[in-house]
Amino acid sequence: MSEHLLEVRGLRTWFETPKGTVKAVDGVDLTLNRGEILGLVGESGSGKSITGFSLLGLVDPPGKVVEGDIRFQGEDLRAASARRQRALRGNRIAMIFQDPMMTLNPVLRIGTQMIETVQAHEKVSKSEARRRARDALGMVGIPHPEERIDAYPHEFSGGMRQRVAIAIALLHKPDLIIADEPTTALDVTIQSQILSEVQSLTRDLGMGLIWISHDLGVVGQLANKVAVMYAGRIVERGAVDDVLDRPRHPYTRGLLDSLPMENDRGQPLRQIPGNAPPPLNRPEGCPFRPRCARASEACLAEPAETGTAARAWRCFHPLEQTGVFA
Amino acid sequence: MTVFILRRVLQAILVLAITSLVVFLGVYAIGDPLEILLPADASMAERAQVTASLHLDDPLALQYWNFIVQALQGNFGRSFVFNRPALEVIFERLPATLELVTTSLILSLIIGIPLGFLAGTRPRTVTDETIMTGSILGFSLPNFWQGMMLIMIFSVWLGWLPSTGRGDTGTILGVRTSYATWDGFVHLLLPATNLALAQIALVIRLTRTGVQETMPLDFVKYARARGISERRILSVHVFKTILIPIVTVLGIEFGSLIAFAVVTETIFAWPGVGKLIIDSINMLDRPIVVAYILVIVSMFIVINLVVDVLYSLLDPRIRSRAS
Repeated sequence: MSEHLLEVRGLRTWFETPKGTVKAVDGVDLTLNRGEILGLVGESGSGKSITGFSLLGLVDPPGKVVEGDIRFQGEDLRAASARRQRALRGNRIAMIFQDPMMTLNPVLRIGTQMIETVQAHEKVSKSEARRRARDALGMVGIPHPEERIDAYPHEFSGGMRQRVAIAIALLHKPDLIIADEPTTALDVTIQSQILSEVQSLTRDLGMGLIWISHDLGVVGQLANKVAVMYAGRIVERGAVDDVLDRPRHPYTRGLLDSLPMENDRGQPLRQIPGNAPPPLNRPEGCPFRPRCARASEACLAEPAETGTAARAWRCFHPLEQTGVFA
Repeated sequence: MTVFILRRVLQAILVLAITSLVVFLGVYAIGDPLEILLPADASMAERAQVTASLHLDDPLALQYWNFIVQALQGNFGRSFVFNRPALEVIFERLPATLELVTTSLILSLIIGIPLGFLAGTRPRTVTDETIMTGSILGFSLPNFWQGMMLIMIFSVWLGWLPSTGRGDTGTILGVRTSYATWDGFVHLLLPATNLALAQIALVIRLTRTGVQETMPLDFVKYARARGISERRILSVHVFKTILIPIVTVLGIEFGSLIAFAVVTETIFAWPGVGKLIIDSINMLDRPIVVAYILVIVSMFIVINLVVDVLYSLLDPRIRSRAS
C-alpha cells in the first residue's frame, strides 16, 4: 500500500465561544505526496489558515481539533504526545507565516533565531548551527549571508525577510512545509521570484508543500493540486489545471470570474454576490446556497462529496464541463 | 550618539538652573530660619550678628546670585544646623539611602518577575488570582502601616530581626555598606522589604500584563512552529520583550524611591537622606534643602540617561533610529 506524506480525514477544528460554537474547520480531507504542491484556496475566514495550524497542533484556545485523523508519514499526529509534536514542528514539518515582520522576534538577531531553531532539534555546537544557518541564507539567495546573519529583522526588506523565513523553514530539510499566504505582503516581482524558487526547492528536495492563499492566480502558477475551501469545508478539489479550467462548483467559478483578466479591461470586476456566511450562523445545507444562482430546494440538504479520489466537488448542481474561457 | 548625549547635557543644565531658582524662591517663602535657629530670648545684637553671618539681610536677587556663583564652584553653602558644608552632610547620608533603594529594587525584580510570569502564563487560575490579590494588597495598604506590621511581626512577636537603625557597616571595595557585616544585613532586611512591597506589586503587574500581551503575538506562535521549547520562548523571546516597559518604569521608580524613601526611613530610623530632608525642612535649613533637591534632580537626569541607553541595548530598532 502506498503511504501518503500527509493524509487528513474529517478534520474538525471548533472554537467554543460564549456566543456559540464556531466551526472554523468542519470536515476537511487532504492528501499530499512528496514533491507535490497543494494550493489551499479560500476567502478570509474560510478556515484555510486554521487548517494549517491544526496540522501543526498550534490552534490557540478556545480553538480545538475536535475530530479527525491527521496522518503524517503514517504517524497519527493527533495521538502524538506534546513532546513528539514539538520534535516534529520546525523539523519534519515547517511553517512559513504571512508576515515575517510580525513573526520574527524583533529584538533577536536573525542568527539567534536560526541557531535556536537548529539547536531545538539537533545536538550540534553553536558554531556548527551558525554555519548551517548561514548556508541556508545563501541557499535562498540572500547576499552576504555571513554579515546578514547578525542583522535584526527590521534591517531586512519585506522580500528578504520572507526569504529568511523560507531559509528557516529549510534548516532541517523538512518533509512538509505549510506556507500561510507567504507572498501576500510582497510586491509582484518579488512574489514571482520567490514562487519560482519555492517551486524548484520543493522539487529538488522532494518535499510536500501546502500553499495557503486567497489568490487563485498565484496557486495556478505554483501548485499541482488545488483545494477550494468555503465555510470550513473543501467544496472542490483536483489537479490545478482541471479545477481552474473546468470548475464544477459555482463558488470556484465565482472566484475565477473575480480575477482581473486582460480581455475585460475597463469592465467592472465581477464579484460573488453577498458575503461569506457569519461563522456562528451558517445557513443550513450548502453554506454557499444564499449566494448561489443555481441553488434550489435540494440545496437545503448538505451536499456530499461527489467525484473521485483525485477530483471531487460538493454541489447538487455542478457546472457542466465547459472551459471558463470557452 | 555624541550629539544625543551633548543635547542631553545641555538640557540637564537648563533643568538644573530652573530647579535651583524655583527651589531657592520656595524655601525663601517658607519662613525665616532665624525664628528656629535662635532661642526665643535672643537679643537684637545677637540677631543682627547671625543675620549678617548667614547673609540673610542681602536682597533676594543678590542672595541667589551669590548662591549660584558658589554652587558653580561646588560650594552649596554651609548647613545652618550642622555648620558643615551642605553637600558633605548629604553625601554622608546618601549611601545609606542608595543601599536601601537598590536592595528593594533588586528584591522587587527577583520576586516580582517570576510571580508575574507565573500569573501571566496561567490567566484566571487560582495561582493567578492569588498573586494578583496579593499585589493589590501591596499597592493599596499604606506604606507606613506595612512598615509597622513588619516591625510588629518580625521584631516584636518573632524577635527575628532588629527594627531600627542601620547596624554595623563594613567596607567592600572602598564602599561602606551594610552587606559587609551580618549585623548590617539583618538591619537592612525589614526596611528594604517595606520599601520593596509596593515595587514588587508593580513589577508583578507589569510582568503579567507584558506576558499576556506578548504570548498571543505571532512571533511566539512562530517560535512554537519552529519547535522551540516553551521554556526558551518564555525566558528569551517573551522576557526580552517585556524588559523594555519594566526598565522604563523602574527607572522612574528608582528616582522616586530615593526621593521618597522618607516614610520608610522615618519608621525604621534609617540614617538616610530622606530623614535628613524632613529634619532640614522642619529646621528651615535652606542650604541643605536646596542642595538636596539639586542632587536629586541630577540623579533623575542621570537615571533617565541610563534608561535611554538601556533601551537601545534592549531594542535594536531604537538603536538604528538613533544612529
